[in-house]
Amino acid sequence: MGYVDDQFSQLHKLQDESSPDFVVEVASLFFDDAEKLINSMARALEQPCVDFKQVDSHVHQLKGSSSSIGALRVKNVCIAFRSFCDAQNREGCMRCLQQVSHEYTMLKSKLQTLFRMEQQILAAGGSVPLE
Amino acid sequence: MTTTNGVASLRLISDEIDGFDLSPSDTEEVHVLAVDDSFVDRKVIERLLTISSCKVTAVDSGRRALQFLGLDEEQSVNGFDGLKVDLIITDYCMPGMTGYELLKKIKDSSALREIPVVIMSSENILARIDRCLEDGAEDFIVKPVKLSDVKRIKDYLTRDVNLGNEGRGINKRKARESCDLSSSPPSVITSSSSPSSPSSPFRSPSILSSSAPCSPPSTLDSPTSRLKMTISD
Repeated sequence: MGYVDDQFSQLHKLQDESSPDFVVEVASLFFDDAEKLINSMARALEQPCVDFKQVDSHVHQLKGSSSSIGALRVKNVCIAFRSFCDAQNREGCMRCLQQVSHEYTMLKSKLQTLFRMEQQILAAGGSVPLE
Repeated sequence: MTTTNGVASLRLISDEIDGFDLSPSDTEEVHVLAVDDSFVDRKVIERLLTISSCKVTAVDSGRRALQFLGLDEEQSVNGFDGLKVDLIITDYCMPGMTGYELLKKIKDSSALREIPVVIMSSENILARIDRCLEDGAEDFIVKPVKLSDVKRIKDYLTRDVNLGNEGRGINKRKARESCDLSSSPPSVITSSSSPSSPSSPFRSPSILSSSAPCSPPSTLDSPTSRLKMTISD
């Protein structure tokens, strides 16, 4: 499964001369947001008495922002994660936390590589196709 | 930040509202107040609106939205003429005040109730959509919001703004059409921007999260269809 879905290319449509770094900026916001949320989820799941509503709220937010940026795999893990929160299944949640953290790390690494490459192409005088 | 063509696009407002630099005489451009607690979504919606030639004010909560609109909890509207808002687009799930609660407060205010409110949600829940539409929302967009969603909203809104306020207030309520109550996932009724749009103008694929649009009966004729079409007379 791809790391990003169509929404990612939708974001590229919003990038132009007046906002040339739009995709990178949104991705950065997403990285910050995701990291905070994943940490919050981890902390909440570590509590002796887990507040599943709280965990679910963080997962819901991560699901939202990953959907907005087109982070398909992260979003899909969030969907499963929410079911485990509903079921108050701590082990299931812990597994999802690991998975979401893994998917997020992979995505971040791939996007950063992509952005770096795009910068290199642009610096060399080339152009990057939008789609 | 203000662009040279007069569009005032405001930075994300998280701690303070400082966007009072709108030109009161600029009535051609649509001014949208966007409300979303997510940084990522605010950035995206702000960009979607700016690129669609709207002025944007983005705030992170219903409370700040009401402050911006001049409607604080404790006081009535204090007459900010220069901050005329043509559309409010708000996320549904927000801490503190949900988008639905914000919708109700706006519709309960005699000063603000004419402002169309569009609700966005990542969750495609029929009961939620129905409730919002029945309580006065113009439209309901399932996230992620796409350029085509914003264009569609802007099209019918621009026509409204051009016509002045006569077109508003006429039966904003709409019941869902019967095809939407079928087992297929909910879709949102929206009017096309012009009567001569191509077939299926009313079911933007971006609104239907997982199924193909049901083929719309002519919403132009339906008494329950969204109001904007009657403005064309």
